Order: sequence, then C-alpha cells, then structure tokens
Amino acid sequence: MSALLPLPTKRDESWRYADLKALEAVWPKLDGPEKIAVAAGESASRQISVLPIIDGVGIVDLDVTIGDGANFALHVLAVAADYGRIQVKATLGKGAHFELGGAILGSGTQTLEIVTETIHAEPNATSNQVVRSVLAGKATGSFLGKINVARDAQKTDAAQSVKAMLLDRTATANAKPELEIFADDVKCAHGATVGELDKQALFYMAARGLPPELAQKLMLQAFIADAFVSMDDDSAREAIESKALEALEHLS
Amino acid sequence: MIKIENLHAQVGDTEILKGLSLELNAGEIHAIMGPNGAGKSTLSYALGGRPGYEITAGSVNFDGQDLLELDPHERAAAGIFLGFQYPVEIPGVSNLQFLRESLNSQRKSRGEEPLSGAEFIKLAKEKAGLLKMDMDMLKRAVNVGFSGGEKKRNEMVQMGIIDPKLAILDETDSGLDIDALRVVGSGINAIMRKPEKAVLLITHYQRLLELVKPDFVHVLAGGRIVKTGGPELAVQLEEEGYEAVAA
Ligand SMILES: Nc1ncnc2c1ncn2[C@@H]1O[C@H](COP(=O)(O)OP(=O)(O)OP(=O)(O)O)[C@@H](O)[C@H]1O
Ligand SMILES: [Mg+2]
Repeated sequence: MSALLPLPTKRDESWRYADLKALEAVWPKLDGPEKIAVAAGESASRQISVLPIIDGVGIVDLDVTIGDGANFALHVLAVAADYGRIQVKATLGKGAHFELGGAILGSGTQTLEIVTETIHAEPNATSNQVVRSVLAGKATGSFLGKINVARDAQKTDAAQSVKAMLLDRTATANAKPELEIFADDVKCAHGATVGELDKQALFYMAARGLPPELAQKLMLQAFIADAFVSMDDDSAREAIESKALEALEHLS
Repeated sequence: MIKIENLHAQVGDTEILKGLSLELNAGEIHAIMGPNGAGKSTLSYALGGRPGYEITAGSVNFDGQDLLELDPHERAAAGIFLGFQYPVEIPGVSNLQFLRESLNSQRKSRGEEPLSGAEFIKLAKEKAGLLKMDMDMLKRAVNVGFSGGEKKRNEMVQMGIIDPKLAILDETDSGLDIDALRVVGSGINAIMRKPEKAVLLITHYQRLLELVKPDFVHVLAGGRIVKTGGPELAVQLEEEGYEAVAA
C-alpha cells in the first residue's frame, strides 16, 4: 500500500470484502508495508491489539521474511475501527515457522479483516493460522488466507483454522482459504465454520444462576482464547486477552 | 415450598403438560416416575424457565413468589437447581470458573458477599470429596469429554456447591454404575435431606429410591399426575409396570 499505487478494486481478490469507500480517504496517507526480517535460527514475536486509526480506518501492513529455522509469531486483534485491515505477507525459509493468532471483534457497521499471504518458498517449513471472529449488528468480519507452496517446498505443513460466531443474523462472516500448491509432498489442513452461541449451553448456565450477559461473556472468552493459546509469554497473552475482553463487552 | 397448579405447557404447537398439579413442602422428597415421553423432563424445563417451553395456563408459587415471572437465572438465585438428564458441554470454560461465577452471581442477587477464590476452592474441594470426584476434573472444561456417569456425578458436585433449596433431579441415576449410584445417593441425602429443603427426583428405577427414600411417589403420564402414593407405589410400579398400575 502506498500513495503511489492506484486504489485497489473489488476485482482484486485480496480486497474483495474491503470497505473501499472508507479506504479511499486515507489511501494517500498510507505508507508501504513495514518490513520485518527474522534472521536464521532466531525467534521473534509481535502483538497488535490496537490499530493505528486515521479517520476511522486502521490498517496494519506487514511484510515478514522468516529466515531458515527461524520462528515468527504474530497475534492480532482486529477491533475498534470503522474499517480495519490487518494484512500480512510472510515468506518462510527452510524449516521456518509462522504462527498467526487473530481475533476479529466487530459490531455496528464495522468491516474488519485479516488478510494473509503465506509463502512457503523452501522445504520443511510450517505455518499455523488460527482466527476467531465474533460479530454483532451489521458487522462484516473476513479472513482471506492465501497459501503459496513453491515447487521445492516439500514437507510443507500449513494449517488454517477459522471460526466465526454471529451474535446477530444481520452480521456477516467470510472465510476464504486460497491454496496455490506446486510441491507434491505437502500438508495443508484448513477448516472454517460459522455458528451462533449454543442455546442449550446458555440455558444450562442460566440454570446455575449466570445472568445472560455473563454467560455469553464466558462463552465468547473461551471461543476467542483459541487464537491466543499459542503464545508462550503469559503476560503478553493476558494483555491481548484483556483488550479482547474489553472489545467483547462493547459488542452486544 | 413449591405449589404447581393446573400447569399447561407446550413446546412448539404441541401441548405436553396438560393440567399438572403438585405440591412439595420443605423437608420432603418426592419421586416422579412415568413412561418415556410422559413430560417429566418438560416439567423440569418448564420450572427452570427454558426458552421454547411456553406456559399456557396454570401457576407455580415458589416460596411465596410467582416463579413464572422470573428469568431462568433468577429462578436459580431464588433457590431452584435443575439436575439435567443430559448435562451440557461448555468448551473452553472450566468447571471451577463456571461454578464460581454462577455461585457469586446468585449470591450477588441475594445481596450476599461474593466468595473469594480461596473460600471457593475450599468449598469445591469439600463437595468434590463428598461425591468422590477428582479435583482435576473440576479444572477441566464443563462436561467436555466426561463420560455419561461422570457428567451425572458432576451435576451433584454442582448441586453441593450451589446448595439450593429445591433440587429437581432429572434421571440423575441413569448412566451411573452401581458404586457411583451409591455415592450419588448418599450425596443427595447429605446435601438435600434437611428440614428447610426439598427434592423432586425424576427416575425410572426403584434402586435410587432405596438410597434416597421418598416421602411421596407420583406417576406422571400424558402430561398429568395420574397417581400418588408412598414409597410402596414405586415397588408396585417396578413389579407391575405403568399400564397395570396407572392406567
Ligand atoms: N422440541 C420439541 N418439539 C416437539 N415435541 C417435543 C419437544 N421436546 C419434547 N417433545 C415431546 O414432548 C414429550 C415429552 O418429552 P419429555 O422429554 O418431557 O419426556 P420424559 O417424560 O422426560 O421422557 P423420558 O423418560 O424418555 O426422559 C415427548 O413426546 C417429546 O417427544
Ligand atoms: Mg426425560
């Protein structure tokens, strides 16, 4: 993304669900992607729980290169913007690992999305992406996950798990994996589901004395926790989870 | 304690309870038996306020208040506990967190102080011990991966922690092995057989009633109580069947 480039269109697959009207106003102010390089054998992590918002639009754009045997873990919250987009391109070296955990929490008429492009350029690399969305009102939450496995990238293991919970019938969840696989010895597991809060569980919880707001909060907290279980640093995990909880409380 | 009069309830367009009347006083244990599909679980859900169970006529008075006016969680705080025939799994929410939040919500609505973490753990340990359940199970997600019998035992640990006035136990005995049945039976007696409490035991088997001796036994058939007697009625039902006894 850069002021020098033309505004994307919906024909561009990775912008298919974007709020281009909102984007238009801030497009000239955006810089290009932030480049992150993780040197061979190193481990790095990044958490993003607040989007940098200009005029209601919050865009994060990362271009990550993960060296041979290196490890990069990214955990993100897509919240609190009229239009929010977290866009990540990750290029993996030999035996590298890319971990993404994300939660999309939206209400009103928000459009929030996480868009990843994972390039398995070399053999033996692994990637794991877990995205959980909770959407209320007329919000739209989308995950687009493109996985590209190069011809030489044998023994690639790339997994995606995407689940959305709709609190209102008027909310929309999109989940789109896109696989481009040129190697033959590859594992790409992906699953996507959309559901609503389990009514039986809500009644069970009420029968034990939990008011509906609290019962819903416990269930949603558990639901989005999947996105952050991969974090080893307890205090970082608690920090992002508490931001997520705050956002959840503003949803309904 | 609870007085149910002429209760009519429907699920969807089907009327299931068709004028059911029943009264329990403090200190009493009542058993309800009856054929499959008679409406026993429907009665417990109707009393618990489950959405989709519409009360079309009748009244329920619990401790001087109109029970049907209350939301499900308010009924729990008022002192009603439902032991589920099919306890529900709640992925990702631990038993301990669930029960502590539940108990403290009830206490709050009664104007009582919440239990601290330490006080709660002590209480949970005591009740798990009473039901011979491993504390590790309480750290796991609610009922997730529990066997049928473990789920039923967990219902009783929950009852012990919540300490209700009235327990409505829907087939708590089904799915329990012989030893577990004994543990659960003595658990029910320890928790609920008190002068200020009452129990409504829904069961298909006489065996539980040998452990938790009921003062009254009712037969529910076709959405109504069709016969009431003492403990001997359960014995007679077991020997002769519903057709013969309550036709
Ligand atoms: N959601 C529903 N829609 C239609 N009918 C229902 C529904 N739920 C229950 N019923 C019907 O209501 C009747 C009573 O069901 P209920 O579960 O109360 O029976 P029960 O006495 O508890 O039986 P069991 O001994 O098998 O547990 C049954 O005929 C059942 O099919
Ligand atoms: Mg039943």
